[in-house]
Amino acid sequence: MAETTAEGPAIDALSLIPKAEAKQSMKDFKTDQEVRWCPGCGDYAVLAAVQGFVPELGLAKENIVFVSGIGCSSRFPYYMNTYGMHSIHGRAPAIATGLAATRRDLSVWVVTGDGDALSIGGNHLIHALRRNVNLKILLFNNRIYGLTKGQYSPTSEIGKVTKSTPMGSLDSPFNPVSLALGAEASFVARTVDSDRKHLTETLRAAAAHPGTALIEIYQNCNIFNDNAFEVLKDREQAQEAVIRLEHGKPIRFGTDDHKGVVRDPATGDLEIVEVTAENEADVLVHDAHAATPTTAFALSRLADPDTLHHTPIGVLRSVDRQVYDTEMAEQLDDAVQHKGKGDLSALLAGGDTWTVLG
Amino acid sequence: MTSEVNSKEVKRLDRVIIRFAGDSGDGMQLTGDRFTSETASFGNDLSTLPNFPAEIRAPAGTLPGVSSFQVHFADHDILTPGDAPNVLVAMNPAALKANIGDVPRGAEVIVNTDEFNKRAMAKVGYAASPLEDGSLDGYSVHEVPLTTLTVEALKEFGLSRKDAGRSKNMFALGLLSWMYNRPTEGTEGFLRAKFAKKPDIAEANIAAFRAGWNFGETTEDFAVSYEVAPAESAFPAGTYRSISGNLALAYGLIAAGQQADLPLFLGSYPITPASDILHELSKHKNFGVRTFQAEDEIAGIGAALGAAFGGALGVTTTSGPGVALKAETVGLAVSLELPLLIVDIQRGGPSTGLPTKTEQADLLQAMYGRNGEAPVPVVAPATPSDCFTAALDAARIALTYRTPVMLLSDGYLANGSEPWRIPEVDDLPDLRVQFATKANHTLDDGTEVFWPFKRDPQTLARPWAVPGTPGLEHRIGGIEKEDGSGNISYAPSNHDLMVRTRQAKVDGIDVPDIEVDDPEGPAGERARTLVLGWGSTYGPITAAVRRVRRAGDRIAQAHLRYVNPFPANLGEVLAAYDKVIVPEMNLGQLAALVRARYLVDAYSYNQVNGMPFKAEQLATALKEAIDNG
Repeated sequence: MAETTAEGPAIDALSLIPKAEAKQSMKDFKTDQEVRWCPGCGDYAVLAAVQGFVPELGLAKENIVFVSGIGCSSRFPYYMNTYGMHSIHGRAPAIATGLAATRRDLSVWVVTGDGDALSIGGNHLIHALRRNVNLKILLFNNRIYGLTKGQYSPTSEIGKVTKSTPMGSLDSPFNPVSLALGAEASFVARTVDSDRKHLTETLRAAAAHPGTALIEIYQNCNIFNDNAFEVLKDREQAQEAVIRLEHGKPIRFGTDDHKGVVRDPATGDLEIVEVTAENEADVLVHDAHAATPTTAFALSRLADPDTLHHTPIGVLRSVDRQVYDTEMAEQLDDAVQHKGKGDLSALLAGGDTWTVLG
Repeated sequence: MTSEVNSKEVKRLDRVIIRFAGDSGDGMQLTGDRFTSETASFGNDLSTLPNFPAEIRAPAGTLPGVSSFQVHFADHDILTPGDAPNVLVAMNPAALKANIGDVPRGAEVIVNTDEFNKRAMAKVGYAASPLEDGSLDGYSVHEVPLTTLTVEALKEFGLSRKDAGRSKNMFALGLLSWMYNRPTEGTEGFLRAKFAKKPDIAEANIAAFRAGWNFGETTEDFAVSYEVAPAESAFPAGTYRSISGNLALAYGLIAAGQQADLPLFLGSYPITPASDILHELSKHKNFGVRTFQAEDEIAGIGAALGAAFGGALGVTTTSGPGVALKAETVGLAVSLELPLLIVDIQRGGPSTGLPTKTEQADLLQAMYGRNGEAPVPVVAPATPSDCFTAALDAARIALTYRTPVMLLSDGYLANGSEPWRIPEVDDLPDLRVQFATKANHTLDDGTEVFWPFKRDPQTLARPWAVPGTPGLEHRIGGIEKEDGSGNISYAPSNHDLMVRTRQAKVDGIDVPDIEVDDPEGPAGERARTLVLGWGSTYGPITAAVRRVRRAGDRIAQAHLRYVNPFPANLGEVLAAYDKVIVPEMNLGQLAALVRARYLVDAYSYNQVNGMPFKAEQLATALKEAIDNG
């Protein structure tokens, strides 16, 4: 587990990756390519946050790879001066898995969107999460299809009126955090594009995590779904709407922390209460490292899918478990230890042979 | 060789075809495999045809549940598993009914009489016992109570009748091993190893195997045994083993990784008849082989492509339905210009089709099954052992030209076996590649930069710069890119250039000329008809050509291993003959390609019954083509 110490997190996940020789800055990670997102798009803020954060890792930039799928956010790799691949719709987690499984000296990041990761690529996402390959997945959720010009997405609220759903959409949305927790994810977090500080802290925690980390980033599409997250961004409304999770801290929010999350002793479910002197001791203390995802899942369900009231942000879950690429490398080492390094001549000769004399 | 002395008359034969047939649960594939191994170690040439249902445990005693294994062995070189068995071993009425039609009168038929009860016979529609109603007249029928004899032989093991009866396939194997004077040590060793954790089961099987041998030796029903001498003159000097197509292909992939000095990464999803390659490769992690059982076909190829981006030899193995799912990623690999192997073990289609049967109907899918102009080289092995060389060659093309390559094997090659001269590792091709290490382009202002799509002028391959290489950071993707710099470009003229360049790269792949076998007559005469094949039809076509020539007709033969690009001399070869006939296990896919490419009037001869061509039937078709020319 990426234990948090007084000095900050120990960077287990990055221990095999070569370090940069010189100190890096944001400009080292900018490319000469013109950024082609719509003016005002939330993607700019995320790009700036990532470019600002990556230098702090101190990794050789040639050992960083961004892999994306298809969608607005998937243009991301073109703007990072690292290695990168802009692949095909939904498949980035699969492609990144092959890369990370063969190259443990790389820091591999996946950039994806709500359509890319949860519709066409849903299968790859859940399997990457359960497998726990050393990948960091940034899921830009704007609750709409942007690149195809405004159809509803698998995270859009029921009844969403779009070009493809003039009478309102009929299907229930995914809650990406709940989905990830259900898929055995070892690290799940949520943050918001406009909160640079929180976004950076979340990236930092994810980078340190050994295994697959999923960060859902609420990201504004100002063209097709503007202000979708306004309630979480507007200073006054956010006070009551956002639940900021911090490991080891009581889960309280609202003006002067007047609200808190407690467990209903009858059902075991979580509920939100006005904090009083009597119930203050009952307020749940957030444990991101809890062995089971049960409470993290219950926290993820507090958010109202329509109004986004009571949306938890921060690290919901961060636990240590077997990392796929580490285990794969160990199997290879074990095989060499037990059978010796592969001998091609011996392999081809096999067991039953016969000889024809010339 | 066995140390036991065969006291009966021994007749010499030059070749024999045996078919073992029984219920899916009777162990016929194992029996056939063991007989094949004995035969291989004896030094005969051989060819096998396993034929089994897709169901794991098909309903017992039914026609669809019959599983068979045919082995053809000879004292000379042979090319096919044979058309018509000389010996049929039928473990039950269903096996007899399903197979007797392929067996000519005069052949030997060994039946397990214990299974010929009323109920079992009625189940497959025998109103009267075929053993009594005269329908087997003309066959040399051996009625052997295999189950009873096996149970009897295993009395001292304290097994139930049911458990003891399970070893009846080993009894049958022992009997056939006696009949054909096969060596027995290999099978006994095999059984001891297979049941190492259950030594009494191993000994029971060995006892049944020996009892079968002794039964042949002592019973009067079997008056003669046969000898098929080793095929010494058919084989060049060397050390040989028996190998199936899938095993040869797996070894070829491992060898390619070793010869390229690159880690081998297989991304795969289980599918018949390709899964054995995944199984085999997963055993060889000590060669640095990584096998990844993906969540689906798409992830299998995606992970392989990701590994290739990182500098591995990326491979995905599948069958036709899987190729359909992988198509978009193959297109991405074409656009990224990264090396990648897509192995398609073709089976009957469309859709789920015939999972355990063979077909060659994925050729056009391999050629064209993608959006856009997405040329992919196609390599097709001709025989089971050729799968080894074909895998190495497909890897050579992928690595040299930075392109995905389709390797088209099929169910017949995958499961069939033949002798293979084990190559010397020193003789294998050197497949090492040079990764890009430094800038390769100077901008107008004098800046040295790395251009990911600046090509090698000879091969048109782009540089392979793997992550971890300082200074060569770059981004690639499926969007059209500018020639040279690789930056996104929607410019019409650039797209036109890139489409044509990707095509030119594949068209320019170095493949050897196709060879034509057209023996000159005494007066210098040549054939006027050419038979052109590709892939696994090599054996049946060659066998048919031999028959046609033996009958006094002239025919030329050429066989394609490279379907894309075609060998440079193919057009010339086709033009040199009055008539071209193309036998295929599809409805004429290669014929369509050569007609379109060379405007040659190629005739198709097709069969899509899930089985390989029979030599006799093909010979007749070739003869008709010659006569009607």
